[in-house]
Amino acid sequence: MANINLIIDDFKVTVEEGTSILQAAEKVNVKIPTLCYHEDLCVAGNCRVCVVEVEGMRTLPASCAIPAEEGMVVKTNTPKVRRARKDIVSLLVSEHNTQCTTCYRSTNCELQNLSAEYNIDNETYMSVLKPDIVIDRSSWAIEKDDSKCIRCQRCVRTCAELQHVNAIDVVHKGKDMIISTFVDAPMNDVVCVNCGQCINHCPTGALTERRYFDDVWDAIGDDEKHVIINTAPSVRVGLGEMLGFPVGTRVTGKMVTALRKIGFDSVLDTDFTADLTIIEEGTELLTRLKKALVDKKKVALPMMTSCSPGWVKFIEHMYPDHLDHLSTCKSPQQMFGSLAKTYYAEKKGIDPKNIVCVAGMPCAAKKYEANRPEMRDSGFQDIDAGLTTREIGHMIKQAGINFLDLEESDFDSLMGESTGAGVIFGATGGVMEAALRTAYEIVTGREVPFENLRIMPVRGDEGIKEATIKIEGCLPEWSFLEGVELKVAVAHGLINARTIMDQVVKGESPYHFIEIMACPGGCIGGGGQPIPTNAEIRKKRTEAIYAEDEGKVLRKSHENPEIKQIYKEFLKEPLGHKSHELLHTKYRKRFRY
Amino acid sequence: MKDKNLKIVDIIFKPHLVKYEVLDKTVARSNEDILKEIIDSGLRGRGGAGFPTGLKWKFAAEQKAKKKIVICNADEGEPGTFKDREILTKVPRKVLGGMAVCAKIIGAKRGFIYLRGEYKYLLPFLNEELEDFNKHLKEIGLDFKIDIFLGSGAYVCGEESALFNSMEGKRGEPRNKPPYPTVAGLDNMPTVINNVETLVYALMICSIGSKEFKALGTSDSRGSKVFSISGDTPIPGIYELELGMSVYDFVEEFGDGDTKAVQIGGASGFCVPRKKFKETIIGFEGIPTGGSMMIFNSTRSMYNVLHNYLDFFEEESCGQCTPCRIGYQQLKKGVEAVKHGEKNEEYLQQLMKLTETMKLTSKCGLGQSVANSFSSIVNNYREEMVY
Repeated sequence: MANINLIIDDFKVTVEEGTSILQAAEKVNVKIPTLCYHEDLCVAGNCRVCVVEVEGMRTLPASCAIPAEEGMVVKTNTPKVRRARKDIVSLLVSEHNTQCTTCYRSTNCELQNLSAEYNIDNETYMSVLKPDIVIDRSSWAIEKDDSKCIRCQRCVRTCAELQHVNAIDVVHKGKDMIISTFVDAPMNDVVCVNCGQCINHCPTGALTERRYFDDVWDAIGDDEKHVIINTAPSVRVGLGEMLGFPVGTRVTGKMVTALRKIGFDSVLDTDFTADLTIIEEGTELLTRLKKALVDKKKVALPMMTSCSPGWVKFIEHMYPDHLDHLSTCKSPQQMFGSLAKTYYAEKKGIDPKNIVCVAGMPCAAKKYEANRPEMRDSGFQDIDAGLTTREIGHMIKQAGINFLDLEESDFDSLMGESTGAGVIFGATGGVMEAALRTAYEIVTGREVPFENLRIMPVRGDEGIKEATIKIEGCLPEWSFLEGVELKVAVAHGLINARTIMDQVVKGESPYHFIEIMACPGGCIGGGGQPIPTNAEIRKKRTEAIYAEDEGKVLRKSHENPEIKQIYKEFLKEPLGHKSHELLHTKYRKRFRY
Repeated sequence: MKDKNLKIVDIIFKPHLVKYEVLDKTVARSNEDILKEIIDSGLRGRGGAGFPTGLKWKFAAEQKAKKKIVICNADEGEPGTFKDREILTKVPRKVLGGMAVCAKIIGAKRGFIYLRGEYKYLLPFLNEELEDFNKHLKEIGLDFKIDIFLGSGAYVCGEESALFNSMEGKRGEPRNKPPYPTVAGLDNMPTVINNVETLVYALMICSIGSKEFKALGTSDSRGSKVFSISGDTPIPGIYELELGMSVYDFVEEFGDGDTKAVQIGGASGFCVPRKKFKETIIGFEGIPTGGSMMIFNSTRSMYNVLHNYLDFFEEESCGQCTPCRIGYQQLKKGVEAVKHGEKNEEYLQQLMKLTETMKLTSKCGLGQSVANSFSSIVNNYREEMVY
């Protein structure tokens, strides 16, 4: 690539050909304000906030959409530019529901920030906010409030480019232009998979998760209720961002203390059921392989993970004829819920009807998953409420807890013990790595042949990763796998899931086992994680996840003592009768609109 | 003609005795020769923006690409324009011929007419013409095929990049530029997109020669142009006139004797008040137009005229960019508030500033051009805005 020399605000800059003025300006530490720009997405150039003056140009071009050219002279902060930007922000404010005091995104809103920076008043322009906007609260997971939408289309691009779901799109034109669904159907009635990536990419409060913390507070305040929470691995590496810690800080111990202070009767770990998932899903995979290789029966391979409820709904909508590829295992959250109201209740001697099981998740789709009619195997709704990392952050603030100086503590016992394998579920490739650590050892009696258990080929932020592991030196009962090259793939972001599935549909998938996570980066980049989330932040959270893994004494799921205990006392054996009843589920075909 | 300063021309509609005579003669010439002729003629785009046609073709010809495209922009949507419809009805072969010449020069094998949705009734007729034409191209050995694409009625799709999106099955929203169409247009292929009238002139210049064409008009505005004349005139209709006349001469010919203002270039053009008729030239050195000439007499309220335009743009903005989507709503709400006394007269100044922002920052011409009609009406008919 050729180099381009230009001048931005009197600084000489050299950039690669194709670099936008916006990116070039960053190089000389000039921050140009943006709204519709997001580094995860393609350039739209529609908010026009990032306009700059370019010598020789009649108009003020949007710096995000204009490539730097040789000899360009750019000015980013002239009176003309400032006036135009201020005018544009004023216009956006005039179309906006400015009830910031009652907005969930207040203090973390890009429009609010810019409006304050440019000292926008409410008098220059009259309000052109549409008067009769109704908030769409039909979805279990996502709330859509058009009165706060600035039409930047970041959600639309997210849904199309990252997820290839296209549940929302631009409809109508001119003053009536709005982001909506197919035939304006409510959000719970469309192809939306509830991944929540649109929420994470929304600059304002137009898209938020449906909040359940008030219900949880009520339960906590009810003496009859025994309220327990299980927290997913990604929460502990994201939560700190909301409470004053730098990105990538592990706050596991503080989080546990804070949740206890909030009043949860027991603070438990989803990683416990992540470990359990590995045992069940690993056994399921080996069973399928045996059926295919020994019994020569027709069995759906590759097998695919089912931990990500966004991905599960995606395949139900988009590939309804290929649901048999999904592992029948429930997600760790749902396994936790059904065990909480059976095994846990029994052991603790608590009436399950008084147990309120809350899940702390980096996810929006988990809210919807908790409400799936299939998820009532304990005789009750297994998970009563799913909270996002953000909601937990809010609860900690509401409780007046000084999180920065909080002492650390450990998870409570019974379903609070976990291994490093359970922790890495939070990053893309983590489920695969955890499964391989266990499956390889079950089959061969030896550890996976990777230094310090780091299975590097399945780590990293590439959209689709693959690995081949040759199985040698099998234990006698697994001799049918001797010499088999186990082919696995890992995909994150549903656009990549589509590539994988299209292979499966054509019968060309070379893999035995595939891990798919709906969100870019896996759960650490989930739709319930703190905002902003971008590539750099995802990287830091991922590093924190792997550091958490390496800090654990036990790093293989089958070594978890509580897992051994639950099989001995309750489940008896993987894929056994109890497991089938409580830990496995069915999927349903859905329409593709 | 009452006034000899105004000259009626007959290039576009003049019938030809032999069917494809001009085309056949033209394609026999070398590409360099034709391109030189068109560049020499000084022909500028007749859609309104006035980009030199020869240069556009040259840029596209220079692109190294396997596939290139020629598009005839027949999405005639500017309020007050109806000349492309007439051209397509009367002399479709000249339009097709212009496209073929362009295709030959740039090396395109595919061409499309993007036909305004409301002109659907022309389809059977045009398809018939096209069948004959495509056959003729085969006979003369020109590897080029034209199809018709019917638009769906959005004004903004007349903007070239929105038109490409529309043809690609996407939402009709203008794209970021660069890249320009001659580099990456329809399906990212180098594309020449010309107005219906431009294509006919290009062909006819090859026939009459650049000299004869250049003899018409002024140094900035060569040749003639087809005008759609409407409003308060006893003789509305379509006229091909030499460029460079003054509005005064124009009104003398077409006005009803009580002309108060002429809106040149449609809703996105300029409003010229009576006091400026003499000094205003119709052409690129003065006020350019895609052909729309709307004449208003003293019975018309300029507030209503402006309000009508704003109504139109508020609907027809694609809505993607902030200054255009919200700007038009503010302008309309603003003039209403001033008219109703809810805002004082000074608020018009704020709205003028807003049109400046829209002009500077809108993504495409639709938002950028508001300042033209808004400021020319508000500045010249201020009392009508307030009282």
